Amino acid sequence: MPPRLSHFQDGLAGALRPGGAIGRPPAWLAALATQPGFAVYRNTVAQGCLDALRANYPTVHQLVGDDCFDGAALAFARRHPPQDGRLLLYGAGFAAHLARWRPTAGLPYLPGVARLDRLWSESHCAADAPVADAAALAALAARAPEALGRLHLRPHPAARWLWCAAHPVYTLWRRHREALPVDAPLAWRGEGALLTRPEAAVRWCALDAAGATLLAQCARGPCLGQAAGATLAAHPDAALDTLLAQLLRAGALSSSTY
Amino acid sequence: MTAPCTLGAGLGLKPEHYDDALALQAGGLWWEVHPENYAVDGGPRLAWLEALRARHPLALHSVSLSLAADAPPDAEQLERLARLVRRIEPALVSEHLAWSAWRGHYLPDLLPFPRSHAALARIAANIGRVQERLGRTIAIENPAHYLRLPGHDWGETDFLAELVRRSGCALLLDVNNVYVSARNLQTDAADYLDAFPLHAVAEIHLAGHHADPRWGQALLIDSHDAPVAEPVWALYARVLARAGRAIPTLIERDAAIPPLAALLAERERSQGLLAAMQEVEPCLPA
Repeated sequence: MPPRLSHFQDGLAGALRPGGAIGRPPAWLAALATQPGFAVYRNTVAQGCLDALRANYPTVHQLVGDDCFDGAALAFARRHPPQDGRLLLYGAGFAAHLARWRPTAGLPYLPGVARLDRLWSESHCAADAPVADAAALAALAARAPEALGRLHLRPHPAARWLWCAAHPVYTLWRRHREALPVDAPLAWRGEGALLTRPEAAVRWCALDAAGATLLAQCARGPCLGQAAGATLAAHPDAALDTLLAQLLRAGALSSSTY
Repeated sequence: MTAPCTLGAGLGLKPEHYDDALALQAGGLWWEVHPENYAVDGGPRLAWLEALRARHPLALHSVSLSLAADAPPDAEQLERLARLVRRIEPALVSEHLAWSAWRGHYLPDLLPFPRSHAALARIAANIGRVQERLGRTIAIENPAHYLRLPGHDWGETDFLAELVRRSGCALLLDVNNVYVSARNLQTDAADYLDAFPLHAVAEIHLAGHHADPRWGQALLIDSHDAPVAEPVWALYARVLARAGRAIPTLIERDAAIPPLAALLAERERSQGLLAAMQEVEPCLPA
């Protein structure tokens, strides 16, 4: 008796998923699995997940090599199969997976590098919007400094940032992204990064902990004066003027709400 | 059934060819993309697609609507596709006679199903839903087959003809899939093509394949990683002769991407065959 369409799809989807076990299959599925062509579907499904993760985490792939990456990727795909056809967005949570997966758990900087790969994808795909006009803001600051503090400056939709207190993840990441010498001396200290897309392409620069705090504060919605106050409370030595200028120059702030 | 603009031979658009694609000028040239790769909120991908659309006709070839799943198409996904269709006004929109999403998971492949009466009703309804939302017909592609399935009530060509009758959809005839499937299922590709409802074909796909490393010529893989094989070109010529009209044709290449010149040479071969039977001038880039 051939299966109903939904039963057929339950059975075949379960058998073809990465790591999917056929277990005790119904007779029709056991018969299908004996055909040479069955492996074509299994391989294509697994390869599709693998190719997407390789494309979305190129720096992690470069750092650990094919075998380690593919092992990590297939283990991830078993637990977190894609949810829809937008494979360029597949792999949210891969950084946390790398932290837990035994063969990569001994590389404590790797999840931070993976997060930067992910932030690049997010920035690349984010909505278009005008960036805040640095010249207009500078004029306002000169004319009426108190008015500047009352502005609500939100992070641009394509702005992403990260602060990693323990590892130089930004240097590790950009050495691969920019094809810089990977064996140059490396100061092992915390680092942050800011990714923006002021024009067509995603750009990146270093960001300190205060910068990450200021952006996070701006994202929460208070006016610039309050965001700056909270940033100074956490980082009393922060040079807010310099920081704000850096964020504006990078296109990290949106002009949407004045 | 013809496309709104007279399309000749086109190519699948690869990111590494964006710049060259934009500058190319060739009669009848058009480009095809997977809408899934452009389902983004903004950024350079959409900007590129719109720039290209300003110069050339574009087609959207979806791989994940999962029309043969025993469930309606995902509403959010359909909305995303509708937005992209509105934005770039493609010359053609197509999907496969296959399923790829099931119970909230996506399997990156085009999966087979028993062509039962119930499946026919479900798929016709799913196509109808998509066409209603997009406000246009879509073309349905015959997939590559690797398995003998139990439970078919219909042969594939009759199934497709009945889908056309019930839903008003068009068809996308993938000649390489016909060749690969016939080899894998030990049927006759020419017989299949002779039975294919060519009147409904809005687009043809040509692609390369390779033999499975273990099973050799007994198991061909629709891998899109090689030039179109000579037997597939021969079948293509046979289709055009039987159709008696130029049908927009796309050369697909998704892996082992060669320099664009190599793909253009294949396109020229197709364009030559189409031009020989074209009644009207192909559209030129703007």
